[in-house]
Amino acid sequence: MNDDLSLVPVPQRKKMPLFQPVIVRRALKDSLVKLNPLTMAKNPVMFVVEAGSVTITIVFLRDLISRTAAGTLLFEGQITLWLWFTVLFANFAEAIAEGRGKAQADTLRRNRRETTARRELGKDKYEVVAATALNKGDVVLVKAGEIIPSDGEVIEGVASVDESAITGESAPVIRESGGDRSAVTGGTTILSDWLRIRITVQPGETFMDRMISLVEGAQRQKTPNEIALNILLAGLTIIFLLAVATLLPFSIYSVRAAGAGQPPDLFSLISLLVCLIPTTIGALLSAIGIAGMDRVLQHNILAMSGKAIEAAGDVDTLLLDKTGTITLGNRQAVEFLPAPQVSERVLADAAQLSSFADETPEGRSIVTLAKRYGLRERQLSNIKAHFISFSAQTRMSGVNLNGKQIRKGASDQIYKFVRELGMPVPVEVEKEVTRIAQAGGTPLVVADNMRGLLGVIYLKDVVKGGMRERFQRLRAMGIRTVMITGDNPLTAAAIASEAGVDDFLAAATPETKMQLIRKEQSGGRLVAMTGDGTNDAPALAAADVGLAMNTGTQAAKEAGNMIDLDSNPTKLIEVVQIGKQLLMTRGALTTFSIANDVAKYFAILPAMFGTLYALPGTAHGPLWSLNIMALHSPHSAILAAVIFNALIIIALIPLALRGVSYRPMGAEALLQRNLAIYGLGGLLVPFPAIWLIDQIIVILRLAPLS
Amino acid sequence: MTIAGWLQIATYCLVLLILTRPTGLYITRVMETGGSPLEPALGPLERLIYRLAGVDADKEMRWTGYALALLAFSMISMLFTYALLRLQGFLPLNPMGFSTPSAPAWATAMTADLAFNTAASFTTNTNWQSYSGEGTMSYLSQMLALALHNWVSAAAGMGAAMALIRGFARHSADTVGNFFRDLVRCSLYILFPICFFYTLFLVWQGSIQNFAPYTVAITLEGAKQIIPQGPLASQEAIKMLGINGGGFLNANSAHPFENPTPLSNFIEMLSIFILPAGLTYTFGKLVKDTRQGWALLAAMFALFLAGVAVCYHFEAAGNPLMARQGVEISTAGLGDLGGNMEGKEVRFGLANSALFATITTCASCGAVNCMHDSLTPMGGLVPLINIQLGEIVFGGVGSGLYGMLVFAVLTVFIAGLMVGRTPEYVGKKIEQKDVKMAMLFVLAGSFSTLVLTALSSVLELPAGSPLNPPGATWHNVNNAAAHGFSEILYSFSSCTGNNGSAFAGLTSNTPFYNVTLGLATLIGRFIMMIPAIALAGSLVAKKYVPASSGTFPTHGWLFVVLLIAVILIVGALTFFPALTLGPVVEHFLMHCGRLF
Repeated sequence: MNDDLSLVPVPQRKKMPLFQPVIVRRALKDSLVKLNPLTMAKNPVMFVVEAGSVTITIVFLRDLISRTAAGTLLFEGQITLWLWFTVLFANFAEAIAEGRGKAQADTLRRNRRETTARRELGKDKYEVVAATALNKGDVVLVKAGEIIPSDGEVIEGVASVDESAITGESAPVIRESGGDRSAVTGGTTILSDWLRIRITVQPGETFMDRMISLVEGAQRQKTPNEIALNILLAGLTIIFLLAVATLLPFSIYSVRAAGAGQPPDLFSLISLLVCLIPTTIGALLSAIGIAGMDRVLQHNILAMSGKAIEAAGDVDTLLLDKTGTITLGNRQAVEFLPAPQVSERVLADAAQLSSFADETPEGRSIVTLAKRYGLRERQLSNIKAHFISFSAQTRMSGVNLNGKQIRKGASDQIYKFVRELGMPVPVEVEKEVTRIAQAGGTPLVVADNMRGLLGVIYLKDVVKGGMRERFQRLRAMGIRTVMITGDNPLTAAAIASEAGVDDFLAAATPETKMQLIRKEQSGGRLVAMTGDGTNDAPALAAADVGLAMNTGTQAAKEAGNMIDLDSNPTKLIEVVQIGKQLLMTRGALTTFSIANDVAKYFAILPAMFGTLYALPGTAHGPLWSLNIMALHSPHSAILAAVIFNALIIIALIPLALRGVSYRPMGAEALLQRNLAIYGLGGLLVPFPAIWLIDQIIVILRLAPLS
Repeated sequence: MTIAGWLQIATYCLVLLILTRPTGLYITRVMETGGSPLEPALGPLERLIYRLAGVDADKEMRWTGYALALLAFSMISMLFTYALLRLQGFLPLNPMGFSTPSAPAWATAMTADLAFNTAASFTTNTNWQSYSGEGTMSYLSQMLALALHNWVSAAAGMGAAMALIRGFARHSADTVGNFFRDLVRCSLYILFPICFFYTLFLVWQGSIQNFAPYTVAITLEGAKQIIPQGPLASQEAIKMLGINGGGFLNANSAHPFENPTPLSNFIEMLSIFILPAGLTYTFGKLVKDTRQGWALLAAMFALFLAGVAVCYHFEAAGNPLMARQGVEISTAGLGDLGGNMEGKEVRFGLANSALFATITTCASCGAVNCMHDSLTPMGGLVPLINIQLGEIVFGGVGSGLYGMLVFAVLTVFIAGLMVGRTPEYVGKKIEQKDVKMAMLFVLAGSFSTLVLTALSSVLELPAGSPLNPPGATWHNVNNAAAHGFSEILYSFSSCTGNNGSAFAGLTSNTPFYNVTLGLATLIGRFIMMIPAIALAGSLVAKKYVPASSGTFPTHGWLFVVLLIAVILIVGALTFFPALTLGPVVEHFLMHCGRLF
C-alpha cells in the first residue's frame, strides 16, 4: 500500500516484527493453556469446535482400540487432528496478539522490581527500601543516575530527568519544585542533580503499574461492538448447529427412501459443522481487538480501554486546539512594515533592540527576522541598556538606551505612548494594523521617543505543513474538524480558513468548549479532543475520545480515556485512524468468514450424499454432480475443506494483527474496495484453495483416490 | 418460455412499480401523518369503535405494551375462532349441515386438533388448510371465524411494521404507537375501501356471492357433480389483499369461482404485492429518505424476478422424460401451454402460473392458481426457497417489511464495519440488543422449520396410532422418496413462514400434523414478530446520528447487492442441505430417468 496516502506517517520508533521468536514460543505454550474449557467458553464459536473435537476424539479412540473401522481410521485420525489444530490456531492467534504486550509488560515490571528508594526518616536520615514499599506521603531523595521509585511531586531541587522509559523520547526534561514541571513519574531516571520528592500514590497505583496492566491486557474487557459481534457469531453458530443436527434425520429418511447410500457419519457431520460456523472470525476476533490496543501503544498512546479506540473510529467531530496542533505553537515575526519616511532597516534595528531581553518565542523570532537586514546580534553587556519587560497593565515592553526609549506593544498602547509625546500616528500605520488583524495576524507596533512611530511588526501564526491536506482527507471520511482557540473571532477565522478546518470556536473558554461538546453530542455526533490543563478535565471527560497529554496535569490525565506519552496533540488524528482500522478489520474478516461457507458446502455436501440414490453398479449417486470442484473422493473432499478452514486462520493472523490496509476515503469507496477484496474474495478464494489441498492430499496418499 | 409470457410478467412489474408510490403515500397518511380523504366519512365509525372497545387510541405505547396488546388480541381472537369452529354445528348459516348429524358423507369432521390448527393458522395470517373449505366449513365459520382473521391479522402485521418504522423514524423517544389505533385504522381506511370495490370487481368477473346450498349437477357423462356455493367474492378479496391465501374452496385460486378470468388473475396477483410494496415507500417517507425505501424494494424485486425466471424456465422446459416418450412439450410448438402443464390451468398458462407461484410464496400469501406439488423439481424449489427466506421478499402485510428490515439491520451489522464505523442504519446505531433481536428472528424460523421437519421425517408411531393414524409420520407423504421429503419440508416451511400454501401430497389432517403445523405457525408469527417489536423499542430510544460521507450508504446498489447476499447466505444457506435432499436430488434423478 502507498504509505504516502496514509493519514499520518507512522513513527517507526517502536516497530517490532510481528513474529519474534520469544513471543512465538510463549504463544505456543499459551495456546495449549487456553484449551481449558472454562477459557474457551468465552468464545462460543471456538467452544463448539472444541466440543466437537473432544467428541470425535473419543469416537476415534474407540474405533482405534476396537479396530472396527479399519478402512476409515486414516480419515478419522486426520479429521480429529485438524479439528484440534483449528482450536489451537485460534488460541495461537489470541496468544500472539497478547504476546507483544506481555513481553513489554515484563520488561517494565522487571525494572520496577529492581528499583530501590531512599526514604526520608527525619532530617538527613534515610533508609533504603524497595520502591514497591513506598506509601503515599513518603518523602524520598533521588540522586543523579538513580531511578525515581514512584509517582510524586518535587518538593525541593532541580534536575534533568530522562523519561524515555515512558515516552520513548530520549531528550531529557527539567523537573523542579513548584509550578508546572513538578510532577515526576516512577520509572524515569535522574540524569543530573538531585530531587526531593513527595510520593503521591499508593503502592500498585502508580502510572507505571497502570501502564503495565494496560499493556498486558490483564483487565481487557470486550468492547460493545465486540460483544454485539459475538452475539451474531453465537447466533450463526446455533443456526448452523441446527442445520447440521437435523441433517442426520433428513439423511436417515433419504437413505431409507432411496434404499442406497448411508447416513453421514459423525466425522463428516462435525466437519461440516466446523466448516460452516464462522470459525475464521471467531478465532481472530479477540486477536483483532488486542492488536488494536497494541497498535495504539506502538504510537506511544496509552488507551484506558478498548472501548475508547472503538469510539475513535466513530468520531464525527474533532476538536483541535489551534496552538501546537494546527499551528506551530507560537506566533512568529514574518514582516517589518515601516511607517512613512522610515526605512525598513531602522524599524528592524529598533525592533531588535527592544526584543533582546524578550525571551518569548515571539521576541526571539523578531531578533531572528532582523538578522536578515544585516543586523548582527550585539553584545548586551556592551550597551548600557535598561530593559522594560511586558506587563499586563502597560501591554508593552521595550528598552531604554542612551536616553532613547524604544517601545513595542499593542497598537492602542503605543498610539497612546506616541500621542503623549505629542507626535502623530500616521494613517498608513493604522491601516496596516487593521489589515494584519483581519488577516489573522498580530500587529506589534514599534515607536521611540525621538522619531515617533516607526512601524509595525507582523506576527503570524504559522500553520503546520500538510494540515490542509489532512483535514481534506478527514472530510472525505466524514469527519468535521473544529479549531479551538482563545483568539478573537477575526483572527480565528483567518487561521481557520488558512488551515482549512471546517469550523472554529474563537475566544474559547473551558465553558464554551464544554458547551460545544454537548451541542455536538446532542446532535448524535461523537466528539474527540485533546487537552492538558486542569480546566480541560471536564471537557476531556465529556468527550467520547479524550486524549490527554502526558505533560499535562494529573486531573487532565485522569479525565481522558487515552494518554499520549509524547504529548503530541496532532496524534488525535492517528487515533481516529487506528479506531477505524480496527473496526474495518473486524468487518472484513466477518464478511470473509461468512462468504467462505458457500464453497465449503460444495465440498462437503456431495461428499456426504455422494452415494445417495446411486443406481446399482455405479459408485456415485446424482448428488456427486454437486462436486463442482472435481475433488477426488468424499474423504479427500471433507479433509480438504477442514484443512482449508484451519489453515485460513493461520494465514489471516498477520492481517488480524496488522489490520487491513487503510486509506482515507469516503465510505462508499471504502465499502466497494473492501467488499471486492473480502466479500467477493471470501466467496471465491476457497474454491481453488480447497481444490489445491485436495490435490496435495491425494498426492501424499492421505486419502483414497476415489 | 415465450415473449408473450415475459410481456405479461413485465406488465405486472410495471403496474406494480407505478402503484408503489401512491399506495405508500396513502398508507403513510392513514397510519402516521393523517389526512386520509376517507376520514370525514369513516371517522365517526372509527371513534365509535374505540368507544365501544373502551380503548384510548391516542395513548402511545412502549414496545412492551404494544407487543402485549398484540399478543392478547391475537390470543383472544384465536380462542374465539376455535370456539366458533367447534360450535359451527349449532350455529346458523350452515345449509350443508357441517358438524351436524345431517352432514354429507364426504364432509370432514371439525375435530379439536383441526380446529386448533385452523385457528392458529388463520390468527397468524398463515391460512394453512388441513381441511377443504367446501367440505368442512359452514358459511358462518368462513365469514366470521376465518375471514375475521383475514382482516385483523393483516392489520396487526401492518401495525408491527409501523412500530418498527417508528423505531427508525423517531429518536430519543420511548413509544412506538398504539396497537389498537393501528389495527382499526389499517382495517378501516386501507383494507375496507379496497376490498369493497375489489369484491364488486370479482363478482363482475364471474365470482359468486350467495348463501345458497350446493348445487347438484349431472355432467354430460352422466356423473353427479356437487358444485359448492357461498359468499365467495368478498372472502376472495381480503384473502388476497391481506396476503392470507386461505381459499374458500380447496382448489383455491385455481377454481373458476375464486379466480374466473386472466384479468381477475392479474388483479389477484397485484393485490398480493401491493401493500408490501407500498410499505417500503412508507418506510422511506417516514425516515425522510425515500431512497432507503426504494433500496429495500429493489432487493425484493431482484429476488422476486430471479425466482420467476428460474420457475418459468424450468416449467417451460418441462419434463425431459415426457419429451423422450415423443410427447410434444416444447413452448416452441405449444406457446405458453407447452412445458410442464401438469397441475396448471389452461386459462392461465405457464407464465401466469409460474408468476403466481412465485408471487404467492415471495409474499406470505399461499393462495395458489396451480398445483405446486406438480411443478418440476427446480420449479418447485423456487416457492420452497422463497418461503424459507423468511417471507421477506414482499412478504406478508407488514411482516414482509419488518422481516426485510431485520435483514437490513443484519447486513449493516455484518458488512457495515468495513467502512470503519460501528454499524448504523438510517441514522440509528446498531448495537448489542438490536443484533440479539435480529438473530432471534432468524433463529426462530430456522428452528421451527428444521426441527419439526426432522422430527416428522423419522418419528416412528404404530399404525393406527390416534396421534397419526397412518403410523410413522413419514408415511403421510403420498409421493415417494425425495419428493415426499419435499412435501414434509414444504409444509413446515410454509407454516413457519406463515405462507400457508401446500405442496399438497401430505396427509396433514391428523392430530400429529395439525398440532405441529399449528405450533409452527405460532412460532413463525409471534417468536419472529415480538423480536421485531422489541427491536423497535430499542431503536426508538436511540439518538439520531446524522449521515456523513463516512456513513455506510444504505441507499445505493451496493447495499442492495449486499442485502441480497446476506439474505441468501444467512437466510437460505441454513436450508441448503435440506433442499439438497429434496428438490435438488429430485432434479438430478429426473434427468437420470427416475420420477416420484
